[in-house]
Amino acid sequence: MADELKPDELLDKIDHTPARGSWMDTSVQIRPGMYCYAAKAESVETLGLPNARAWNPLEDDWKLPENWQEILHNGLKERLEKFRTFKIFMDICVRCGACADKCHFFLGTGDPKNMPVLRAELLRSVYRNDFTHAGKILQSISGASKIAGNRPLTLDVLKEWWYYFFQCTECRRCSVFCPYGIDTAEITIIGRELLNLLGLNIDWIATPVSNCYQTGNHLGIQPHAFKDMLDFFTEDIEEITGVNVEPQFNKKGADILFITPSGDVFADPGTYTCQGYLILFKYLKDKYDLDVTWSTYASEGGNFGFFTSHETMKRLNAKMFAEAKRLGVKWILGGECGHMWRVIHQYMDTMNGPADFLEEPVNPITGTKFENAKSTKMVHICEFTADLIKHGKLELDKSRNSNISLTYHDSCNTARGMGLLEEPRYIMNNVCDNFFEMPENTIKEQTFCCGSGAGLNAGENIELRMAGGLPRANAVKYVHEKFGVTHLCCICAIDRAVFPTLMEYWVPEVDVIGIHELVGNALILPGEQKRTTDLRMEPLPGMEEEEMEDEDE
Amino acid sequence: MNQKYMLPLIGVFLLFLLAYAGVEGANMQWAFGIIFPYLAVILFIGGFIYRVYGWASSAVPFRIPTTCGQQKSLPWIKQNCIDNPDTASGVFVRMVLEIFLFRSLFRNTKAGFARDETNRLSFSWEIFLWVGALAFHYSFLVVLLRHLRFFLTPVPACVRFLEYLDGIIQIGLPGIFLSGIVLIAAVLFLLARRIFDGKVSYISLASDYFPLFLIIGIAATGISMRYFTKVDIVSVKEFIMSLVTFHPSIPEGVGGLFYAHLFMVSVLFAYLPISKLMHIGGIFLSPTRNMANNTRAKRHINPWNYNVKTHTYEEYENHFRDKMIEAGLPVDKKE
Repeated sequence: MADELKPDELLDKIDHTPARGSWMDTSVQIRPGMYCYAAKAESVETLGLPNARAWNPLEDDWKLPENWQEILHNGLKERLEKFRTFKIFMDICVRCGACADKCHFFLGTGDPKNMPVLRAELLRSVYRNDFTHAGKILQSISGASKIAGNRPLTLDVLKEWWYYFFQCTECRRCSVFCPYGIDTAEITIIGRELLNLLGLNIDWIATPVSNCYQTGNHLGIQPHAFKDMLDFFTEDIEEITGVNVEPQFNKKGADILFITPSGDVFADPGTYTCQGYLILFKYLKDKYDLDVTWSTYASEGGNFGFFTSHETMKRLNAKMFAEAKRLGVKWILGGECGHMWRVIHQYMDTMNGPADFLEEPVNPITGTKFENAKSTKMVHICEFTADLIKHGKLELDKSRNSNISLTYHDSCNTARGMGLLEEPRYIMNNVCDNFFEMPENTIKEQTFCCGSGAGLNAGENIELRMAGGLPRANAVKYVHEKFGVTHLCCICAIDRAVFPTLMEYWVPEVDVIGIHELVGNALILPGEQKRTTDLRMEPLPGMEEEEMEDEDE
Repeated sequence: MNQKYMLPLIGVFLLFLLAYAGVEGANMQWAFGIIFPYLAVILFIGGFIYRVYGWASSAVPFRIPTTCGQQKSLPWIKQNCIDNPDTASGVFVRMVLEIFLFRSLFRNTKAGFARDETNRLSFSWEIFLWVGALAFHYSFLVVLLRHLRFFLTPVPACVRFLEYLDGIIQIGLPGIFLSGIVLIAAVLFLLARRIFDGKVSYISLASDYFPLFLIIGIAATGISMRYFTKVDIVSVKEFIMSLVTFHPSIPEGVGGLFYAHLFMVSVLFAYLPISKLMHIGGIFLSPTRNMANNTRAKRHINPWNYNVKTHTYEEYENHFRDKMIEAGLPVDKKE
């Protein structure tokens, strides 16, 4: 952890007023704590991506192909034709500055190049120079280019791109405020795609991508180990509830294929959310005979390909439909995750559809047609669970969560790339009595990023992560102090992986929890024993003494 | 001195001087009155079409609206039909609000950072940029529409009515047009923001200052002609009509100030298509705003979608078959 930089020191460094002068006069300083390690050659090779080699961002020589400028120029040209977003966003920004203080990285670091407008200008300056008529004319007048904000693509510029496109979490908050809807995520996505043409990925993205491609999930959990993990949860749940919730794997002819980020299977506190899923599916199996299967092949909901290139995203995402087809399920249910849902909601059907081998999703228990998913045929588990609760199909004991005071973090992607706002709130209010919203300008479509999304949840860039997470943590701190909030609830595996560290840094008294962990605690399984602990094996409210006795025995 | 705004300022001043001296000193009325305006109109129309065509010919591979409210999902959850539209009519309303009322800018907030023991970040509503932008665009529009009186005979009733409203506050003669005052005030506000707000100043380029100075120049020359030097309106109208009917003739008794005004307007029109001012056209085409958020309900087609190499289940099973069998996982082939 950022031992070198205490929270107070980090706060002291923040200055939101840039120095005077031109941003082009300051060249990039790649600083430890703020960048992620370079992609390992073997990870880049797995997918046959270009220029796999060992390199180090701190060294002068990045081992680029000789014609790297030409590669980027052609790459840029191609993408201007392929993406109207990109072309328009290059052309129409008026630099009004509305986005400037909307970025969590700017708010947390004070680095002016983290203002969304400047992040885009890093690329736009080269675009203007190389692709506009005015830029070409100005090149011939000495000094004119720079005053007009144009510059040639030099190695310094490339390094600056790399540094700052990997300091953006593609959260789209700036896009909400832009009068033209300019979406920095789109610019970062294409910026990273260009960098990948030269093999300039970071390892925290490249290795999960490689694992996901070969083994089925980011963490490289092999099929038998994946099963072992869930079997292990099954044992824990049996100890707590007395019920065996054993899941099914790769089952042909099941009703529903369930896919969630592998982070839920592997890392606390996501594992408890995973246990919540297992309990829910067991409940639905026993009560309503709903047949849900997991897959070891499509065992990753997340898609770090999205942070690499559109093509890589498509290559990883293809497994979801392919596996659903192979297993012959009716439709797909997706677990709690942020960018996974941006990909499913806004890209999957276009890239890998049409899913004409699946049925339009209907909840067989309530009869609800998921009209909003009738083409992609993939339903968010919050939509699914909210529907079950609304129809009174789940027997819930809220009191088991009564020692929890909740606030809720809207994931960037489900908020601004989907609009999943009320479904999770409805579930939370049905499984817990104490729910408090963070301030208005920090939730729903204005939610602040965790600071570690888009593949930036590595260990080596911890200062960047703590700085980028400051606005979110600050709002959590506010409700913690005002309402005594104890738990930060979220529906994203990256959130669950990174918030514990962020909370420990800024608001150490607040714990992190997923929605389906709360559901798992509250849901009364048929034939369960009297529960004395929650899924974390902590005593339930009112059961503290019984737990002590148990331990004494 | 900051080159980023000094150069555009000097540039605009030179443009003014060029036209003024060209007419007053060298009798180049034909150039500033006829050739440049025609040229500017050609460049404006041609350039505008070229740019919009350029955008339109780029593909829209994915439907990626920025959603700013509740999606359409379960029937009992109230959708935000405008900020998260799933139908064309919802998108239409969203776009109308965006184009005519700058809805996204209306949301603008200002971040505050309390440097005390709380270290609290706070976000307050920041309305001034929205007010300034709206005042600027609408006053400019009214000024433009008022100028239709010079281009049309007889002057349409709606233009006269607009003039009536614009001049509803009667102080002295000729009556004051509110639009001119609001325009100047709004441009000065936007300029002041660019110069004095540290963040905005840092991101601003010469090409951000240039149109502001140019518009100030246009407004200032227009205002002086109307209120102070009292240009001969009848001659100006005859002259403009001669341009409109393609029988250009230079009027008598119209001085350099008018030609400077006209020349700067010509420069603005010619400059528009090659500059950020193209946001006028771009806003209509912005895919994060003009698309419905119904990608899961209705498949969007990517015109350049292509097949990719994937790691198939077969390859996966071949790799892990033994381990899968050992763990009791179902396999497609036993060996």
